Amino acid sequence: MVTYITRRLMQGIVVLLAVSFICFIIFRYAGDPVHTLAGRYATFQEQEMVRKAFGLDKPFYIQYTRFLANAAQGNFGKSFVTRVPAFNLILERLPASIELATSAIIISFIVGVGLGVLVSLQPYAMRNRLVMAGSLFGISIPTFLIGILLIMVFCVYLGILPPFGRGETRMIGFWRTGFLTWSGITHLILPAFTLGMYQLAVLLRLTRAGMREVLTKEYIKTAWSKGLPPRKVIFKHALRNVLIPVITMTGLQFGELIAFALVTETIFQWPGTGNLLLTSIYESDQPVIVTYIMLAALIILSLNIIVDILYAYLNPKIRYD
Amino acid sequence: MDHQAHLLEVKELKTYFFTFEGVAKAVDDISIHLDKGETLGLVGESGCGKSVTALSIMRLIPEPPGRIVNGKILFDGVKLLDLTMKQMRDIRGKRISMIFQEPMISLNPVFTIGDQISEMFILHENCSKRESWERAVEMLRAVQIPSPEKRVHEYPHQLSGGMCQRAIIAMALSCNPEILIADEPSTALDVTIQAQILDLMVQLKEDFDAAIMLITHDLGVIAEIAQRVVVMYAGKVVEEGQTITIFEEPKHPYTRGLLKSIPKLQERSRYGRQRLQEISGIVPSLYELSPGCSFYPRCPESMAMCQGSVPELVDIGKAHRVRCWLHSGH
Ligand SMILES: Nc1ncnc2c1ncn2[C@@H]1O[C@H](COP(=O)(O)OP(=O)(O)O)[C@@H](O)[C@H]1O
Ligand SMILES: [Mg+2]
Repeated sequence: MVTYITRRLMQGIVVLLAVSFICFIIFRYAGDPVHTLAGRYATFQEQEMVRKAFGLDKPFYIQYTRFLANAAQGNFGKSFVTRVPAFNLILERLPASIELATSAIIISFIVGVGLGVLVSLQPYAMRNRLVMAGSLFGISIPTFLIGILLIMVFCVYLGILPPFGRGETRMIGFWRTGFLTWSGITHLILPAFTLGMYQLAVLLRLTRAGMREVLTKEYIKTAWSKGLPPRKVIFKHALRNVLIPVITMTGLQFGELIAFALVTETIFQWPGTGNLLLTSIYESDQPVIVTYIMLAALIILSLNIIVDILYAYLNPKIRYD
Repeated sequence: MDHQAHLLEVKELKTYFFTFEGVAKAVDDISIHLDKGETLGLVGESGCGKSVTALSIMRLIPEPPGRIVNGKILFDGVKLLDLTMKQMRDIRGKRISMIFQEPMISLNPVFTIGDQISEMFILHENCSKRESWERAVEMLRAVQIPSPEKRVHEYPHQLSGGMCQRAIIAMALSCNPEILIADEPSTALDVTIQAQILDLMVQLKEDFDAAIMLITHDLGVIAEIAQRVVVMYAGKVVEEGQTITIFEEPKHPYTRGLLKSIPKLQERSRYGRQRLQEISGIVPSLYELSPGCSFYPRCPESMAMCQGSVPELVDIGKAHRVRCWLHSGH
């Protein structure tokens, strides 16, 4: 188990290095940073000054190692636009994205797995067929459409939920949270559903398929023959077997929900990292973009490793090998 | 016919499966009984409805496609088919236990052996978690699993097939059931392990004083432990009697065929195992049974009348009953 974890960590570091290299290439060669830094109308002398001052005249490998050394300390340079460290800019936005992604994943897990189990018990009942058809919509309708539809129904027609922003927030240390106020929570509902809809549909289908398979297994027949009530057979003996792939899937998706909620954050004007990334792309704010990519890679990789460990823990066959 | 109450009595049971291909009469008008402390063998080639009979008694027929369409099952005077699911759950595992053919896949892979056995005590005897784990260890000891204190904490995949079957037997017997239905308990195992499991069952039957309904397709197994035999073919009982009677004076051509498929019965090593393949032809599909005797197409002694209608199960003395036109005394 320890060697397993070390091996996964080593792999993670290699992937991070690869990502950092790509980031560096983007940073250095996607457009000349000297132009961006010195401004379009700078004279040749001014450009040379900038080149020297920022070390852009040094050989490639020196520039890269410096980039790495700085990156390791969370230093990716200052935003071209706002002139504050890019890392701080992102860190400030991260709580909003994490809270949104967490709510989305919790909603999709509970609703998706719950519905999946219910549907699997009577797969041919009319209402359950409807749920399955609905889940196909959840998978195939693009996020922006779901968001707009939800806003239309709940904000425009019913007028019961706010259409944009984070509402009132509180600071806990450096963390700005929306979980502690009523307004914060109501603002969270629609974006969380929008972000989690795809995931919800996928988990629903995965759970249903898994339950259908597991319920025909011999050990389920054994469980019934012991005289266990349906609650125990379904939620203990069957679901526990189905949860292994379901939890893996959820964990793997979580990182992506944090890092790539661009569309949802844009529709709902959610002040998260996705929104920041989008503006940075418009403004060619490379330090912010690069920091974002590095951080996203780090988050997704860490979650993958955690999921792998969890998977091994949930599955006794792996745990004891 | 004796009029004493049997421990278990299945009367005119019909369990059908309604599928796209048609209606499979997996169990078609079966009457069997089991007395206290008795071991009954239920034999027949695969597909003749043995498991369905057992599952009907447990009321575990998958519905749909299956349904018990007719019959009565009396257990200790209680009509099992009239019980609610909740009442039935108090019988399953506690008073009637069942073990299945494939030990390796009959235990839940994600729970420890101890967890799965102790569940029985928690469920049926309101034991505390600690007490039920201790009793689980005792049960593992009773089925002669070495170092049970260690084994309770292991997962099914860490045990061999034979060990798994022992653990399953331990689980089935943990609440001292009055009946143990064993559906081919040794078929999936190696020959030597098979003999050990059968020995264990014989011994435990004494210790736990349970009646056993042993389902198998191997008459050799029956010879060792059953007092009485019921031979099934295509959903019907074709012959029934004391083990000794069946072995010495088999009446039905099918039973004779089964017996012939065991080479040299007397000298047959108890570790030997023989699949019943030697009867010519194959078990007919339940979807295309002829109106007459269903063994007719394979029967070496068939007559013209066999094709016309199904013979009755007639008593020919010494509690020996047979369903064949040769013995219908017409
Ligand atoms: N779940 C099911 N669906 C449809 N048919 C079934 C099902 N289970 C059993 N049957 C039918 O019942 C017949 C008898 O099965 P079974 O009792 O398992 O035979 P065996 O004597 O080998 O235990 C099978 O041949 C099959 O046609
Ligand atoms: Mg069977």
